[in-house]
Amino acid sequence: MSENENSVGEADMHAWVDGRLAEKRRAEVEAWLAVRPEEAERAAAYRAVNEQLRARFDAVLDEPVPAHLTGAAPRRRRWRAAAAIASWIAVGAALGGVAGWQLHAERAVAPLALPDIPVLAHRAALAHATYAPEVRHPVEVGADQEQHLVAWLSKRLGGDVRAPRLESEGMTLVGGRLLPRDPGPVAQFMYQSAPGRRVTLYVRTEGLDQRETAFRFAREGNVRVFYWIDRKFGYALSSADLDREELLRLANVVYQQLNP
Amino acid sequence: MSDAPSLIALIPRLRRYARALVGERSAADDLVQDTLERAWTKLHLYREGTDLRAWLFTVMHNVHVNQVRAARPTTALDEDMPELAQRAVQGDALLVRDLERAVAALPAAQREVLLLVALEDLSYDETARVLGIPIGTVMSRLARAREKVRAMMHGKGGGKLQVVK
Repeated sequence: MSENENSVGEADMHAWVDGRLAEKRRAEVEAWLAVRPEEAERAAAYRAVNEQLRARFDAVLDEPVPAHLTGAAPRRRRWRAAAAIASWIAVGAALGGVAGWQLHAERAVAPLALPDIPVLAHRAALAHATYAPEVRHPVEVGADQEQHLVAWLSKRLGGDVRAPRLESEGMTLVGGRLLPRDPGPVAQFMYQSAPGRRVTLYVRTEGLDQRETAFRFAREGNVRVFYWIDRKFGYALSSADLDREELLRLANVVYQQLNP
Repeated sequence: MSDAPSLIALIPRLRRYARALVGERSAADDLVQDTLERAWTKLHLYREGTDLRAWLFTVMHNVHVNQVRAARPTTALDEDMPELAQRAVQGDALLVRDLERAVAALPAAQREVLLLVALEDLSYDETARVLGIPIGTVMSRLARAREKVRAMMHGKGGGKLQVVK
């Protein structure tokens, strides 16, 4: 205990516990603790709690997702599909050693001044992961009001938006919702098959000078996305339940219906 | 916009915090889902270049506060009791249960501060911003939370634990 151990206060002790002191100050606090057994014991106990909290809850980061949550079994709230993504990403991040997880887009054609397109797939996958698991409120407007739904979304998107008919593929329209700007407003249509497999079609307005693009495929977590731009609109068809081939077939049907 | 880190990539972190915050698994995942939905509709308010994770914690805090106001009680404490009683008590398992019990017993405001600092490794400054409180309040809540947890972990005030053999 010497003169230059400037007063060590409660805040210093917590900063020591949390490893937030610069080296010099840390040494001063440790010298201060060294001659105060009671305070040292208290600080050690606090630090032990930090470690115990991480030891207990870090496991959540790579928890295995129960099978019934990802399968087609009835779910109370199919949000668990997103949990599947979460664990998938935890594995991916661990393997890749990257903090921010990157979208893997396989480009069918050379990218040509279309920097925004992977964002389309990314946002669509996110919107899918957010709403597809919902049981009670998957859509804002149900398919029973399809005319109203389509008119409403067309008005908000400033163009002729249509909901493709996918009954031939075993998919019926559940309904749709309006999503926040991306940068313009976005429409999301949701379809569901009899066993409860879901697909969403994400439609957003593109800049006026956009051309058409080929289908591109991206995968975000366990959500697969086929996306393309066709004049005024960008489209992304997403699903965690369909495999790539099934989704591609569906994307072709959607494309053909929107371009008769 | 194009380089915005993935919200989805942060879901595991949100789940970890939510689990520690509300205790019970399905309630925690419901909180995460409510947070993601809110975040999705508020995404235009997120400022590029700022920490997306801290922003998501802010959203989760607001969602959680609203839920707490709606008086949804934490159930973890009671649910643990039967399981605790019939299980052979091992050192580590007991420690974990004491820890969960102690954290669950904290007032929500203190629990949030402790978890953001100790578990999520946010700085005091970030914690203050996430919770919308002055940094002095962060420090005082942190001090109180730690002291309570320490007392409970050492058996003071944790009377219920004595029931278990």
